[in-house]
Amino acid sequence: MQQNIIKVQNLAKKFGEFFAVDHLNFSVMKNEIFGFLGPNGAGKTTTINMLTGLARPTSGRIFINGMDYTANIKKAQEIIGVVPEESNLYDEMDGFENLCFCASLYGIKKTEREHRARNRLQQFNLTEAGNKPYKSYSKGMKRKLTIAAGIIHQPNILFLDEPTTGIDIASARQIRSLLKSLNETGTTIFMTTHYIEEAERLCHRIAFIVKGQIIKTGTIQGLMEDTQKEKIIQFSFDGVVQANQFEKDFRRYFSRCFLTHIRDSVFQVRSAMSLDLMPFLSFFDSHNIKVMEAKIIKPSLEEVFVNITGIERDVMKKEKEGGKK
Amino acid sequence: MITSIAFWNILRKDMRNYYLKPPNISWGIIFPFAWMMMFFLKSQTPVDVRAVLPGVMAMSVLFGTTSMLAVTITFERRSRSFDRLLLSPISLTWLMLAKTLGAILFGIVNAFIPVLMALFFIKLLNIDWAIVFLSVIFIAITSTFLGLFIAVSVSEVFEAQTFSNFFRFPMVFLCGLFVPISQLPVFLRPLSYVVPLTYGADLLKTAINQNGHIALEISLSVLLLYSIILFLVSKRNIQHKWIY
Ligand SMILES: Nc1ncnc2c1ncn2[C@@H]1O[C@H](COP(=O)(O)OP(=O)(O)O)[C@@H](O)[C@H]1O
Ligand SMILES: [Mg+2]
Repeated sequence: MQQNIIKVQNLAKKFGEFFAVDHLNFSVMKNEIFGFLGPNGAGKTTTINMLTGLARPTSGRIFINGMDYTANIKKAQEIIGVVPEESNLYDEMDGFENLCFCASLYGIKKTEREHRARNRLQQFNLTEAGNKPYKSYSKGMKRKLTIAAGIIHQPNILFLDEPTTGIDIASARQIRSLLKSLNETGTTIFMTTHYIEEAERLCHRIAFIVKGQIIKTGTIQGLMEDTQKEKIIQFSFDGVVQANQFEKDFRRYFSRCFLTHIRDSVFQVRSAMSLDLMPFLSFFDSHNIKVMEAKIIKPSLEEVFVNITGIERDVMKKEKEGGKK
Repeated sequence: MITSIAFWNILRKDMRNYYLKPPNISWGIIFPFAWMMMFFLKSQTPVDVRAVLPGVMAMSVLFGTTSMLAVTITFERRSRSFDRLLLSPISLTWLMLAKTLGAILFGIVNAFIPVLMALFFIKLLNIDWAIVFLSVIFIAITSTFLGLFIAVSVSEVFEAQTFSNFFRFPMVFLCGLFVPISQLPVFLRPLSYVVPLTYGADLLKTAINQNGHIALEISLSVLLLYSIILFLVSKRNIQHKWIY
């Protein structure tokens, strides 16, 4: 049984009469990557701020390692690292100085913090940039340095607010792999994102958050299985194959399956029950149709998300861009 | 341990990033210099130089410290780097002391620039330097915390500048340095005794020219009380406004 490192009970934040975070209940398990996936304004940042000590909950409780820190998150800040949505490093200082300064805030001594800063710069491919002022960095480099600063004191839990928003693809990919390896070496990660693919690629478990409420929580696989009502296999045939060559026989043999022509010689077979590949292969063989490829089609997390929240992907994108100007 | 390492590094960073940066360092020198020139050139005799010295010193400290906090606090708040400090395990009290100590030291240094300049004009004899030093420290602390109070009450750097002038200029006028309190309109006089600078200036007058009229203990106590109140109110403001 895995252990909860963060446990949140009925956590709420009210601005005036409006609940930005509306009574959340969730746990983050030790050594997992837990993701908050939701559109702009869902309450993701507000939740992180409450968990890290930048905002005071209106009500609810926060447990870290089993202890109630609701009234004094400050005491937990030693084991927490935070990478905010907007960078908060010092423009005038170079990368190395920024890292050393951040380490000093956690009481790390000079030789040790310089050693760590050099290692992190190397790990994040920033060694060369290390002695250049932070303000000269590209967006991707800034984000990487902000992450390095967030983990310089080797926190047990790392909070990341939209770690790849607004940066180039190459840096985003590098950041994802850094986060993965960080997680593999024992750091629990709590992250927010509005990119469905990112949540799918990175997170072990996801909570869908909309309008301050968690709609559903689960592992990627679990979420998909819950919504996957149909099993789908897709066949690609060799040469030109017309549906009428086998359609009639197919219906007779597989009365519970539906056949759909996708394009050219690509067909999909759908069924409410689990499907076995072999009978289909021998069926096509007996009709002299050569199967080039057969693959099981899984629903995407995107479909699951749309299905559960009723929010379309485009809406999410647009809102985000609108919110970011 | 964590606190002391964090404390010194916050202070050191502010020193390097702000106080020792050419624009600020020269600001710190030019400002008292300009005040000094203005008054010295107006003065016809060495006696006059000596008479305005306490006032110029007090003003140098006041303007130096309050201007710096608009940068080290309001600006860092705007650029969000202040959040990083709030996210670290140093207590808010120590954090605020670390952020203000630099300005206090800056203010103390500022106070002695007019003194160095005065040396070109007059001989500084018969001055109780121990009391001068003590007064300067107290004035620097009080005006730094006034600057802190202003910095946490606003959200833009220019607001901090405007808001501090709202305090600074009336204070300079009311504190009795250039217009003796006894010559102020009667209805303004009580206000003079509300202004902390009055007590700081009086301390310096006692130390330099032996012509202060408020007891040393009273002045020091008032300044101390002001410092404590301003600090606590500022702390409360940060707790309620910045940790929202
Ligand atoms: N300080 C604040 N005062 C008032 N409303 C706020 C404040 N911070 C956030 N909100 C509102 O709370 C909601 C959630 O915001 P946020 O947590 O930033 O969402 P997300 O990070 O998911 O985009 C939004 O509607 C936002 O406008
Ligand atoms: Mg956000």
